Amino acid sequence: MTGTWLLLRTFLRRDRWLYVSWTIGITLLYYSQAVSVDGLYATQAEFDRAAASMDNNVAFIAMAGPARALDTIGGQVTWQSTAFGAICVGLMSMFIIGRHTRAEEESGRDELVRAAAIGRLAPMTAALKDALLANLVVGVFVAASLASYPLELADSIALGLGLTLCGWVFTGTALIAAQLTASTRSMYGIAGTVIGVAYVLRAIGDVGSPALTWLSPIGWYQGMHAFSGLRWWPALLLLAGAAVSTLAAYAVFQRRDIGSGVLAARPGPDRAGAGLRGPLGLAWHLQRASVIGWTAGLFLMGLAYGSIGNDVGDLVGDSETSQDLFLQGSSDLVDGFYATSLLMLSLIACGFAISSALRPRGEEEGGRLESLLATALRRRDWLLGHVTVTVLGALVVLTASGLGLGVGYALVTGESGAVDQFLLPLLSYVAPVLVLAAVAWLLVGLNPRLGTLAWVPLVLAVVVMFFGDLLQLPQWLQDLSPFEHLALVPAEDFRWAPFVGLAVVAAAISIAGQVAFARRDIR
Amino acid sequence: MGTVEIVTNDDRGAPIEIGGLVKTFGKVRALDGLDLTVERGEVHGFLGPNGSGKSTTIRVLLGLLRKDSGEVRLFGGDPWRDAAELHRRLAYVPGDVNLWPNLTGGQAIDLLGRLRGGLDEKRRAELIERFELDPTKKGRSYSKGNRQKVALVAALSADVELLVLDEPTSGLDPLMEAVFQEYVDRFREQGHTVLLSSHILAEVERLCDRVTIIRSGTRVESGTLADLRHLTRTSISAELASPPEALRTLPDVHDLVIEGNRARFEVETTGLDAALDTLQAAGVRSLTSQPPTLEELFLRHYGDRIEDVDEQEPVAR
Repeated sequence: MTGTWLLLRTFLRRDRWLYVSWTIGITLLYYSQAVSVDGLYATQAEFDRAAASMDNNVAFIAMAGPARALDTIGGQVTWQSTAFGAICVGLMSMFIIGRHTRAEEESGRDELVRAAAIGRLAPMTAALKDALLANLVVGVFVAASLASYPLELADSIALGLGLTLCGWVFTGTALIAAQLTASTRSMYGIAGTVIGVAYVLRAIGDVGSPALTWLSPIGWYQGMHAFSGLRWWPALLLLAGAAVSTLAAYAVFQRRDIGSGVLAARPGPDRAGAGLRGPLGLAWHLQRASVIGWTAGLFLMGLAYGSIGNDVGDLVGDSETSQDLFLQGSSDLVDGFYATSLLMLSLIACGFAISSALRPRGEEEGGRLESLLATALRRRDWLLGHVTVTVLGALVVLTASGLGLGVGYALVTGESGAVDQFLLPLLSYVAPVLVLAAVAWLLVGLNPRLGTLAWVPLVLAVVVMFFGDLLQLPQWLQDLSPFEHLALVPAEDFRWAPFVGLAVVAAAISIAGQVAFARRDIR
Repeated sequence: MGTVEIVTNDDRGAPIEIGGLVKTFGKVRALDGLDLTVERGEVHGFLGPNGSGKSTTIRVLLGLLRKDSGEVRLFGGDPWRDAAELHRRLAYVPGDVNLWPNLTGGQAIDLLGRLRGGLDEKRRAELIERFELDPTKKGRSYSKGNRQKVALVAALSADVELLVLDEPTSGLDPLMEAVFQEYVDRFREQGHTVLLSSHILAEVERLCDRVTIIRSGTRVESGTLADLRHLTRTSISAELASPPEALRTLPDVHDLVIEGNRARFEVETTGLDAALDTLQAAGVRSLTSQPPTLEELFLRHYGDRIEDVDEQEPVAR
């Protein structure tokens, strides 16, 4: 273990911003729930009504966890934060372990370190301590923030401690994953799957078969029943899980060669399939994983919004701020809520559209474009291939979120017409979504270094939507967000003029970007 | 080969003609009035130290960069305007090959081949075997040398009449370099043309008919290797039976160090005979000779005063 402390010090130095951002993010996840629940319901009667409507909502339980003591702030915080908090510490642990073990090994830097006076176990042990410490920091901050709110001390500590231990379990499983494959990406794939399976097991378990919940570390964490009859013994399960997985990882490590994984790398096809032909085939091949991921994610998110059904009134409560946020000027709360949901889903879909529109830049900066353009492939055809994938992908992603919303709503309310009611208006948001994608093409068309600025319009749109009136932003600034112009269906009737206008703007900016790209130097 | 007909129809001149090419990046003048002509059927060495503008020239030639001024003709056409059409007739291997992390080498070869308008299946299989390339590995898991092999297989299995190679062997081991040289020779035997950029003089000497040497974006020498012989000196170190004092009198011997029965010196090509005779007379026990490196050549002939040389005798030949 010689050199462990030296390595740990350099790891901590490299990770300092990682620590700061994860700690702030996860602490806010918990703390903001307390604040928002407190602000949302003006009276306990309202709170009880909301709790009652959540208590029986299967979709919510599957998403968040067992519904316990939902008429208390602590109960709400536990319910709304623990599952996602556990996923967050799981991801954090996975990235910390990955970047200091498998990624170093894959890049060959590990070899350089091992050539120094460093024990065989030192790099792994330093990475382990790094991840354990990060989880401890997060847990302490979560516990301290909740206790200072103030919520009950013991229960706040339990939420923090459980979170830390949950992160330790995922540290152990990530460490095992790092021994299995030679590639960092596959390692993240395996470790991420473990977290996903843990989440799904407890979801199924919480809805119907409690035995499954006890197979998942997230289930153990929630089994501590913070703020609803606290019990400490599930923490021992977490501790045992962390110890067993970590020891297993060390055992596997002792039996493998440095640089290799236990599982042999799977060979790919030696010939290109018929689809990998021409610019569109290539663009689709490169982007399909992202299209599929965003489609699935937004479908689930739509499902979650839709499954709230008509209980919006109970959930939202009567306080003025929440009414303002959800009503968006509409007189009917349910319509207002779904108009807002459509807007939010389409803003999230911009995440796909912008990252997809920046994909050509990634190809250029990765040095792969040079080889392509030295063939008979035209610049404009190459870019058009990616543009086509972005446009069609945006349509698919929006369709999926509209379907999710409609299906969720129909399942809860029994109104099967809901799919039509949500799908078409959501599809009309393709126009503002593509305006933001077109801005990305224009920026990259002018100069690939400007690409990162493509996220600025999305930030503006989000700020305008949530805080536009609150911050009293000037109207011209609000009008800059393309999302401010469409009719808020179903709270308002659909209007063609703004949709067509935005579509024309998107087309014009996109063409300008493609013309600019055709005229500049390739990097 | 079908392509030959097209060649004789639409242009008879040199495949690559560059005159007075200027390319600036902001304040940096990367190419400063560069001249380069590559004749049909020759392997043309494009030599220069790192950062001298070789890659920039090639990227202008491929229509990736836009020239500021000067003439650039590729197969008689404009490489910026007609890039795609002209590229059907050439294959390019970049100096730093980047592959798609989630495409296998085989997929990348096929993709590039298809985009170029087809590749020779037989040669593809043969090249993969000769280069000992595993085409089923993903791009991200290839070493630099293997990435280069992927690009070389894609380029050498294409039915084209011009190869543009930017330091193509910098990651290859000597065995694979020999395979590469064999295929370049074959390509030339078919009457095709190669532009080979390199900073390794030995590689250029082995393969090239003519050479252009550039420095700081300007051509400093151009001609056949025989023409450039005057530039090359050989380093010799020898262990002898007696001190070879006679070496001191030879005019073409430089930097001579004699320590007892050992001698180290550099000799110009014209003085090799005389120097070896002298050594033999002293009785040779062991002898090593080293060809000059490009770096030495530059240091010796152009030194720090490269700009002065250019002004006094612009483009020596």
